[in-house]
Amino acid sequence: MTVLIGQLFTGVSIGAVLLLIALGLALTFGQMGVINMAHGEFIMAGAYTTYVLQQVITAAGWSLLIALPVAFVVAGAMGVLLEMLLIRRLYARPLDTLLVTWGVSLILQQLARDIFGSPNVQTRAPELLTGNIALPGGITVANNRLFILALAGGAVVALTLALRVTPLGRRIRAVVQNRDLAAVSGIPTARVDRMTFFIGSGLAGIAGVALTLLGPIGPTMGTNLIIDAFLVVVVGGIGQLKGTVIVAFALGVLQATGEYLTTLSVAKVMVFIAIVAFLQWRPQGLFTLRTRSLA
Amino acid sequence: MTTVARDPVAATDPAPTPPTRPAAGPSRHRYRAAVGFAFGAALLFAVAPLLLSDFRLSLLAKYLCVAMVAVGIGLAWGRGGMLTLGQGVFFGLGGYAMAMHLKLADAGPGTMPDFMMLYGQLDELPLWWRPFASPWFALPATVLLPMAVAFVLGSLVFRRRVRGAYFAILSQALAAAMVILLIGQQGTTGGTNGLTDIQGFFGYDLDDPVNQRMVYFIIAGTLLALLALARHLMQSRYGELLVAVRDSEERVRFLGYDPATVKLVAYVVAAGMAGLAGALFVPAVGIISPALIGIVPSIEFVIGVAIGGRATLLGPVLGAVAVAWARTALSERFPGTWTYLQGLLFVVVVAFLPGGLASLIGLARRRDDGEPRPSRLSRFRPRRREGAA
Repeated sequence: MTVLIGQLFTGVSIGAVLLLIALGLALTFGQMGVINMAHGEFIMAGAYTTYVLQQVITAAGWSLLIALPVAFVVAGAMGVLLEMLLIRRLYARPLDTLLVTWGVSLILQQLARDIFGSPNVQTRAPELLTGNIALPGGITVANNRLFILALAGGAVVALTLALRVTPLGRRIRAVVQNRDLAAVSGIPTARVDRMTFFIGSGLAGIAGVALTLLGPIGPTMGTNLIIDAFLVVVVGGIGQLKGTVIVAFALGVLQATGEYLTTLSVAKVMVFIAIVAFLQWRPQGLFTLRTRSLA
Repeated sequence: MTTVARDPVAATDPAPTPPTRPAAGPSRHRYRAAVGFAFGAALLFAVAPLLLSDFRLSLLAKYLCVAMVAVGIGLAWGRGGMLTLGQGVFFGLGGYAMAMHLKLADAGPGTMPDFMMLYGQLDELPLWWRPFASPWFALPATVLLPMAVAFVLGSLVFRRRVRGAYFAILSQALAAAMVILLIGQQGTTGGTNGLTDIQGFFGYDLDDPVNQRMVYFIIAGTLLALLALARHLMQSRYGELLVAVRDSEERVRFLGYDPATVKLVAYVVAAGMAGLAGALFVPAVGIISPALIGIVPSIEFVIGVAIGGRATLLGPVLGAVAVAWARTALSERFPGTWTYLQGLLFVVVVAFLPGGLASLIGLARRRDDGEPRPSRLSRFRPRRREGAA
């Protein structure tokens, strides 16, 4: 029983990381239907932001807290720049966007290599997040995992609220549901797209901050994450956040269980097979947005 | 584009050419193709071996293997609109099948390949390695194994109309899964190192330059044969149908064809080509490893195709060779510069020159082969997520 709960928590914490990475992607992919391969590099930017801030502010706890908003803005600004310079011109060609943003990600990786050097760098975790908490029943839970879970939860709640109640959120939802109708109703869709990209990329930055607690920071860290994140978005279905949330945790638990029963490599393959099988059942993902739009 | 829907027989029918497309006449095509192939054969079989040193020739052999993959991608992506980011999987399956056989042949009957003794505490050859001892199994497997995997994945995915970006991500995830599996099973696959140090090729010593030349000639001949096959497919009625599916899958479905089958054929053929390329890559280079088949190399297969001209026959080949050559020339001396250049090439060519360099120098004679340029109007229809980009 203890093992079972322990595994469940491992799965949930893998899911929380997946969720943080995929959340911004779900937003941009959902709204604009474009795949941003440079999303992983925005995560990297967030992680390096944390690293740089820790060089300036040596107190690990404070630098981590300050890194959260700063990374959000840094990654968000990069996203807006990318949207304005390239993605905006390619909306009609989603597959080409994928390749173009891959090119951008190559450039950003090399840039990181030139600025910070090829070897991985490490940040110090704050005291508070290094230990474990012992739960009743002999289960121990790592503090940093708990923090990431809370961060992921906070991001989901904040994003949901932003989409539900703010004027910008209302506009974003309108554009996702029916872009043409939104446009004729006077919503500046181009500006809304840009804001969506800002928020989505900013969330990647926050994911980057969280990842510094789990491992080293390196120029290629984004590439390894991005595919899992895309799988979450593809399986979750686009246009709604709840699919992303459910699938992130489901895949996390699936992978943890697979890893426990077999090995990491076999678990990854199992997850892939499960995804292909799932898409047989629901090719559009878990939840799809039903609208009367013909597009 | 819509010519296809109106007149799908045009390419195979020896009737007088339609007045709108004088260059597309079958007889002229045949004539040009024959000259082109003769020229290509002369270049590959006579000029290159005479001019290049043994070292350069073996490099060219490697590039030509990449070009074979590119021919397949040109078919699946350029003509079929399926952006496959996982061709490395098929390249790897072919490569590993060949390398497993060569390793077993090197070791001799009854013994195990060297690396297995090193990593694995294995007492005997794993069961799934055994059939590869026979060339009668291993050689067909280099092509059939990738085709089988592509068939299974393709038929599952295309039938459920998973397409466009979804398909691209899935194919990429396949590459990721394959690499993780290979690395994880180090004892039987050689892990990160892959299968290295391959000495012989069906009794010929690969260290001998004469035999390296022979491998080059085999590769050059295979590439020409694959080009002929691709050309035949593109010119056939099937080729027209494939372009039609790329441009409007729904219309083709309403015309009574099954787009899933049409796409599946191109995908499986492309996988077979990649498998063959991987199989020939092994004797040419002497190694196959996860680093050669993962996510990054799989995308790099695509870049040559994009740069050369995805929808043309020769564009992918020339683009792939050019990119591979530029990588060798630049990456050794300026590794950072090459990465920047590669990224920049991706961005500039795909964003601003979707037809590739072929559209510049006029290799794309038929206007309907080029990707449609984004019109101002298309800005307002961004939610179309059909397979065709």
